[in-house]
Amino acid sequence: MMRGLLLGVVMTFSAAGAALAAGVDRQDFSQIERGHYLAIVGDCAACHTLPGSGHEMAGGRAIETPFGELMAPNITPDPQTGIGAWTDEEFIDALTKGTGRGVARLYPAMPYTYYTKLTRDDALAIRAYLNTVPAVSNPVQADQLPFPFDMRWTMAVWDQLFFKPGPFHPNANKSAEWNRGAYLAEGLAHCGMCHTPKNVLGGDKTGERLKGYALQGWFAPDITNDPRRGLGGWSVDDVVAYLKTGHNRTGAATGPMSETLNLSTSHMSDPDLKAIAVYLKDQAGPQPDPPPAPDRAMMTTGAKIYADECSSCHTPDGKGIPGLVPALNGSPAVQQVDPTTLLRVVLRGARSVGTAPAPTAAAMPQFGWILTDDQVAAVLTYIRNAWGNAAPPVSAGAVGKARQSFVERSD
Amino acid sequence: MALRLPRKDVVIIGLGWTGSILAHELLQAGLDVVAIERGPWRDTATDFLISYAQDELRYRLQHDLFLRPSQITVTFRNNAGQTALPVRSWGAFMLGNGAGGAGVHWNGETWRFLPTDFVLRSHLTQRYGADFLPADMTIQDWGVTFDELEPHYDRFEYLCGTSGTAGNLQGKIQEGGNPFEGPRSRPYPTPALKQGYGHALFAQAARELGYKPFPQPAGNLSQLYTNPLGVTLGQCTYCGFCEWFGCANYSKSSPQTTILPVLVRNANFEARTYCEVTRINLDRSGKWATGVTYADASGTEYEQPADLVILCAFQLFNVQLLLLSGIGKPYDPASGEGQIGRNFTHQTLSSALGFFDKDKYNFNPFVAAGAIGMCIDEFNGDNFDHGPLGFVGGGYIGQVQTNGRPIETTAVPPGTPAWGSKWKEALRDNYLSTVNCGAACHGSFYSYRDVYLDLDPTYKDRFGRPLLRMTIDFHDNELKMSAYLTDKYAEILARMGAKQVVKQPRKGPYDVTQYQTSHLCGGAVMGDNPGNSALNRYLQSWDVPNLFVQGASAFPQNAGYNPTGTVGALAFWSAAAIRSQYLKKPGPLVQA
Amino acid sequence: MYRLDRRQLLGSSAIALLLGSETARAAIVKGGLPWKPGSGDPPAAVTPGGWRYFTAQEAATVEAFVDRLIPADVLTPGGKELGCAVFIDRQLAGPYGRFEGHYMTGPFQQGTKQQGPQSPVTPAQHYRQALATLDAACRSKFGGKVFADLSDDQKDETIKGLEDGSLKLGGTDGREFFKLILKDTQNGFLADPIYGGNKDMASWKMIGFPGAHYDYRNWIDRHNQRVALPPVGINNHPDWSQ
Repeated sequence: MMRGLLLGVVMTFSAAGAALAAGVDRQDFSQIERGHYLAIVGDCAACHTLPGSGHEMAGGRAIETPFGELMAPNITPDPQTGIGAWTDEEFIDALTKGTGRGVARLYPAMPYTYYTKLTRDDALAIRAYLNTVPAVSNPVQADQLPFPFDMRWTMAVWDQLFFKPGPFHPNANKSAEWNRGAYLAEGLAHCGMCHTPKNVLGGDKTGERLKGYALQGWFAPDITNDPRRGLGGWSVDDVVAYLKTGHNRTGAATGPMSETLNLSTSHMSDPDLKAIAVYLKDQAGPQPDPPPAPDRAMMTTGAKIYADECSSCHTPDGKGIPGLVPALNGSPAVQQVDPTTLLRVVLRGARSVGTAPAPTAAAMPQFGWILTDDQVAAVLTYIRNAWGNAAPPVSAGAVGKARQSFVERSD
Repeated sequence: MALRLPRKDVVIIGLGWTGSILAHELLQAGLDVVAIERGPWRDTATDFLISYAQDELRYRLQHDLFLRPSQITVTFRNNAGQTALPVRSWGAFMLGNGAGGAGVHWNGETWRFLPTDFVLRSHLTQRYGADFLPADMTIQDWGVTFDELEPHYDRFEYLCGTSGTAGNLQGKIQEGGNPFEGPRSRPYPTPALKQGYGHALFAQAARELGYKPFPQPAGNLSQLYTNPLGVTLGQCTYCGFCEWFGCANYSKSSPQTTILPVLVRNANFEARTYCEVTRINLDRSGKWATGVTYADASGTEYEQPADLVILCAFQLFNVQLLLLSGIGKPYDPASGEGQIGRNFTHQTLSSALGFFDKDKYNFNPFVAAGAIGMCIDEFNGDNFDHGPLGFVGGGYIGQVQTNGRPIETTAVPPGTPAWGSKWKEALRDNYLSTVNCGAACHGSFYSYRDVYLDLDPTYKDRFGRPLLRMTIDFHDNELKMSAYLTDKYAEILARMGAKQVVKQPRKGPYDVTQYQTSHLCGGAVMGDNPGNSALNRYLQSWDVPNLFVQGASAFPQNAGYNPTGTVGALAFWSAAAIRSQYLKKPGPLVQA
Repeated sequence: MYRLDRRQLLGSSAIALLLGSETARAAIVKGGLPWKPGSGDPPAAVTPGGWRYFTAQEAATVEAFVDRLIPADVLTPGGKELGCAVFIDRQLAGPYGRFEGHYMTGPFQQGTKQQGPQSPVTPAQHYRQALATLDAACRSKFGGKVFADLSDDQKDETIKGLEDGSLKLGGTDGREFFKLILKDTQNGFLADPIYGGNKDMASWKMIGFPGAHYDYRNWIDRHNQRVALPPVGINNHPDWSQ
């Protein structure tokens, strides 16, 4: 409570639905309930709820983008500082077209480029749910980007370049399950928001959909069916277990995916998770060039470091401990072309996600204090190329740069 | 003036094993729980880092994980004729600190007491006659039986994932287990650990001598295990840095690896670390607790009101807090009256060194685990006829060597110079080929009228509160028992092939600088009536019914085993009584 | 080593300071297991060179002393070369030398042996006093020579005198100082080399202790076989560099 007061958030209890429009039925509990579920799938809270504030959807969380920080707005029904005064049409447009009441354009940190696939019914259900959230008066100064990105009109140009509006069109050649998965993954669940590489202006590189992208000091891995880097080694059940619990036979979620798990995927229904898994496991993508053979001396040193510091948890054969310590042998996370996540985990440590079915939340200790840049490079190159793994070597220079950048991050 | 905080259903003092168990059980009952913990929060990857956990100097010699005596200590004397002096740095026992308590730094020995241990006075009196016991021995029955505790032992072992071999499964004796144990309802959750050379050799020699050796029940897990709370532990790697150390790879049973991850997820739970409870507050009647007062690290005082107070600190500090809060009547050794501080006990450890031919024996002592080892139970409790021996009590005997850490474990034969080249040679010649097991004979410590705890008249803690005063010495009964057990152990060492056996029976007087174990017991014991105990059979205070006092302070005397299994079982037993009886009708569960 | 680091506490979403005030120092844990990247309190490696506590004269005495307690022989180099004096110096300059964490409230009074040490004199002070009086005792006995300048036999004779109590050190008991310096020297000899002694893990190689390994699963049931792992220290991994 104190934290809320410090932030200057004041609760109001004014009527929420001043501008209620057709399509949202305040008596329709099933619509509200569906909207609640869809808001979870869409992970609205990740940006619009400030963790620890106790104020659901009241905004104020800083969203890190390559162009600067954006403040997520208040989407509670407060008429002045939230979206209580918005019509349903305005709400649907914001969600699916990236337009906003009173501002020319939303920034695409709001995933309207994905939400555009939403059906009108689903959008209205989300609105119905948001109408039930306690109204909070919390003015958020959303625009904090530096020039030239502070000019919202530029987003119209951006949209011209990178935004293809329009609803989801099912693929008649695929199963209903596949299509449900596609609708969720490419729409509301906006997987590509993190997992699809971006061009210099932050637009999706459509030719490399879901092939992995570095953001917020982590690397969101390839989630196509790539056999080495993607989900190719995981069964549909493995993918479902991962999204449900954060852990499966070989993998464990950490970093920003922990939050996605806690707020979103762990609360999704099993059929929806399975649909997403079926869809993702049907996605292929371009194959990166095979990596060069690693330097032998580096591998030798790396093996020794691994034996002394890593193997008592990850086991000598790299197979890990199911439910506790992730496997490195055959691990897609280890073989991403971009080693950002590995650098971070080794230098700073990481906690795996804890969920109700898998509460252990085991953590990797930091090794930044003991391993030099050369040694981190060697041990990472080793785990990326031992046991049949293959990925580009990691250089000492890359370790040094990463070390510096992580020092500056508090998370 | 303490700042008054919003009321909670339950306040727990100390977040070690018992605090964690009680917190979890009471959260399950729908209560909101706050735990007040004197030390820091601790966790595997943030505090027990695999890259430096194996540091003998820091953790073993310099006590890094333990409570600092500068924060709080005790005073000690052998008898009431002496002036007690403060324990300025730890020696005979080590006191845990922080979340996880002693569960962080223990070895993991997870024993059950014998059925007869719980009815000790009745049993011994019946078998040997009342005159057999020394006149000043104040042992008594617990008020709870083994059969009543068995389901709760089981819950604790399945929480921990204990590795062992059952010896008595529902009354059927099992090959390879401890045939003397009470009947258990099901096997250990995980099979026994593997054993090193010295441990295996001990078992072989013991069998040749007609004993029935069995693996020590271990909280160092033999395999991957997920407990009923969904928390997963890994396989012990036999690193040899267990007791005094935190486990760096999630393979030692501790609150961290079994309960805390689930506790912190519960919205009704909160832990306040770096906060020390300074007293339990009572209402005007003095018969009902209103909560606790605690100070944070800056010394600022807070009052935390609560409906139920669960005292879960270490044994010594449970007793001290009762005395400082004016709960119960302080024990008076002259009259034998009063309960708080009475029946204070420890453990009677002894051993023998076994020096073997270095050209034939290599024990690799550093390949070990905290609770590794092979034991025999022929000389524990009343498993043997004490009639001709002139003492009561006993202990398990075992090759339970936990480590080969070079500062602690190097032993040289008697007569070796203390320094110089001859010392170095002796170190080299004996390190790998010596059985050096400080806890080989894990003897009981029965209670006596003149062994007790009270408040020190002179020495104070940093808040100006009197320190607790220990008055303790060994009695002839324990020293005779120790000599007897040591002889038996030495016979086995000789049978193993030792070329030289150096017996180290326990000798008096009790020395506060010589490490034995941290198994301090009693001082607020349980029993069947307020005339012989501070607590009833459910660990509920006779004097203040909304106060429950957990832990080994409730043991009326100490048996020949490590206490943690029984501490855990009593915690589950007490929690079950609170849930099934107390919450329905808050008040005394046993009428005085 | 239990520093309450406000930044560290604030850094984790699962830890909040009680009431958020300046003075409240309780770390509240709720909602999830606390996590802060880079957590840990690793040991600071001793760097060689110079003395942090000893004067040059004291250092010379201690180097000479540890070189007799751990003499150079076929087994290992001597205590001086192994860093035992550096180890003691750094220990005395740190928490150990100050009795940090000990209960240091009076009254200080002599008790029984079983009641343990009761002296307010810290290890650092103990060394300072004893080393000065040791040199004084040597000067008067060996024609003006200080301990460091004695022959090996004279040094050994002096150490034996301390050990058996026949050599008194002015106001301090020579036996107590002998016990102290012997314990510290042997600790330096056998502890992890990160603390300045046990150079090249010489003592571990001597006795066959493989050091800071954390996994012997491959060795637990290979009974009566010598473990064929080269010793490693916390920050001492000779085979990591090519």
